[in-house]
Amino acid sequence: MAREYIWEVPVRVTHWVNVISILALSITGLYIGDPYAQGADEHSMLMGKMRFFHFIFAYIFIASLIVRVYWWFVGNKYARLDQFIPLSGERWKNLIDTALFYGFMKKDLPHSPGHTGLAGFTYFFLILLFVLEIITGFALYSQSHEGGAIWTLLGGWMLPVLGVGMVRFIHHVIMWLIAVFVIIHVYISVHNNIIEKNSLVMSIFNGYKNFQDRQHH
Amino acid sequence: MKEESLFESLLRRGVSRRDFMKFCTSMAATLALPTAFSAQIAEALEKKQKPYVVWLELSDCAGDSEAILRASRPTIGQLVLDVISLEYHETIMAPSGHSAEKSLQDVVKNHKGKYIAIVEGAIPLKDGGIYCTVGGRTALEIAKEVCGNAMATLAVGSCASFGGVAAAKPNPTQCVGVKEALPSATVVNLPGCPVNPENVTATVVHFLTFGALPALDKNHRPLFAYGKRIHDNCERRPHFDAGQFVKKWGDEGHRLGWCLYEVGCKGPQAYMNCPTIRYNEGTSWPVMAGHPCFACAMPQSWDALGPIYSRLPNVPGASYQATADKVGVAVVGAAAAGVAAHAIIRASTSKGKQEDK
Ligand code: HEM
Ligand code: HEM
Ligand code: SF4
Repeated sequence: MAREYIWEVPVRVTHWVNVISILALSITGLYIGDPYAQGADEHSMLMGKMRFFHFIFAYIFIASLIVRVYWWFVGNKYARLDQFIPLSGERWKNLIDTALFYGFMKKDLPHSPGHTGLAGFTYFFLILLFVLEIITGFALYSQSHEGGAIWTLLGGWMLPVLGVGMVRFIHHVIMWLIAVFVIIHVYISVHNNIIEKNSLVMSIFNGYKNFQDRQHH
Repeated sequence: MKEESLFESLLRRGVSRRDFMKFCTSMAATLALPTAFSAQIAEALEKKQKPYVVWLELSDCAGDSEAILRASRPTIGQLVLDVISLEYHETIMAPSGHSAEKSLQDVVKNHKGKYIAIVEGAIPLKDGGIYCTVGGRTALEIAKEVCGNAMATLAVGSCASFGGVAAAKPNPTQCVGVKEALPSATVVNLPGCPVNPENVTATVVHFLTFGALPALDKNHRPLFAYGKRIHDNCERRPHFDAGQFVKKWGDEGHRLGWCLYEVGCKGPQAYMNCPTIRYNEGTSWPVMAGHPCFACAMPQSWDALGPIYSRLPNVPGASYQATADKVGVAVVGAAAAGVAAHAIIRASTSKGKQEDK
């Protein structure tokens, strides 16, 4: 058995900052979209607080995403962009073999010290969703800053193109797509941890994965 | 005969100097100018010859004319419009038929480039524009001639500005606003359903005072009237921030005047001065009366902002009432069921695998 350091600090920190932000953004966002509780009295500032925290976590989330994207270019080999976009034949093979394994059409997971090809590519699309969520978020934000050049640039330009209703619709749809991702993602993490006995779940906290000796398979 | 100034016609109609000065001050306020400007406004209205104005009604409901004529006691603002819009107005003018059309022709010919055209209603373009004709000519032909030769055109109401309800999907007559139909015309859009007469008066007064149209936004709307968000000036805003929402018509919150956000208020998406100017001599406006704003003054308000009485639009193309949130919950449920099924299959197959070892 080998123990190897895989996830560097920025990868782990941005992961958990994202998790906390997305949780907070979804709870506050759902309230903004369809207030599920009445304020106790006229001083409660319930909606005011929900919006305040939505915007605070939005900025934390954006900062975290910027750090993670930067790490695509300077991180260790498991953090790099080529782990997310499969360009080599080897990464494609890994992706397909992983999918076949999940579909019960192959007996073993391909050896993947970092992300599997499938996981990496999924995270790439997830990050595209994050970016879309941020742009539509800024579009909604621009409504309270009509004509503000920076807000128009960051997202406000899309309001006249799509209409506010559609922008809000997309902002909701992406939230639900992220929720679907999380369910499958957490399931796969636990599932692979059990099958591979590689302490995968612990690895996103402490950075280390264990690799079982594969020879006798 | 020397042409009358606006002030002179007002005097003739029994307006006192004191009321006239009050009017000038309120116009300065509507135009978002410092009060000092009221003197300048007064001077302009006293000295300058009153403008020639013609009023066209195209694909409309006469709601904007109605809004301007409505008050039981005419205000000075309404008198101003009355005084200046005498030349041609289909609904309220005395002449009819050919003699009416002749007065329009006279203005266009004799005051070319010097009159103001006010247009109410959208312009249908489909099939050569035959869906709206007056005296045998299409709305488009009339507008081309009248607006094309005007010093400036005021598109009053949402239909003239952006097509309005006449242009709502599926827009069978292919209605458009004046600016879209006549891109080269000088157009000031004054949307609203109906337009707020105060904003029409203020635009005319601005024009008389400064000899120029007011500053416009990207939708050709005067910034003084359409530069601020309804939601930011709404008297119910404290209830919004406090999380106190009307849930159903006539519920406790509705009776207490809480925020109308959850019953579909589009105030957060709408830019107009309704909360500060209000309608009918400052009496009320929709949200004050307990009805959500539906952003009538925004382009494509019918198609682009979602349903009037709910927050989230339906899933496009869905034949049933399905919001993104309802579908989202279902899809998340399906994903959870999917991974559960996967786990069961995996558990039953991997047992065999372990026995192999
Ligand atoms: C995972 C990330 C996010 C989720 C799940 C999320 C969720 C939501 C939801 C459900 C709404 C309610 C929309 C409505 O019906 O009006 C909302 C509103 C909003 N979100 Fe997000 N959001 C996220 C990220 C962001 C980001 C990054 C920004 C900022 C740039 C942002 C800015 C906004 C704004 C400005 C509103 C409208 C607030 C208002 O109308 O008062 N969101 N969000
Ligand atoms: C909002 C929730 C979550 C999101 C958006 C999310 C997203 C991601 C992303 C983008 C990565 C790639 C890391 C990188 O290279 O930067 C990742 C890795 C990982 N996450 Fe999450 N995650 C979430 C929740 C969780 C939870 C709750 C767990 C706990 C079981 C978890 C376990 C892991 C593990 C073990 C990895 C590394 C393994 C791999 O490469 O697939 N995640 N996650
Ligand atoms: S009633 Fe409408 S405009 Fe007023 S605070 Fe509520 S959402 Fe905003």
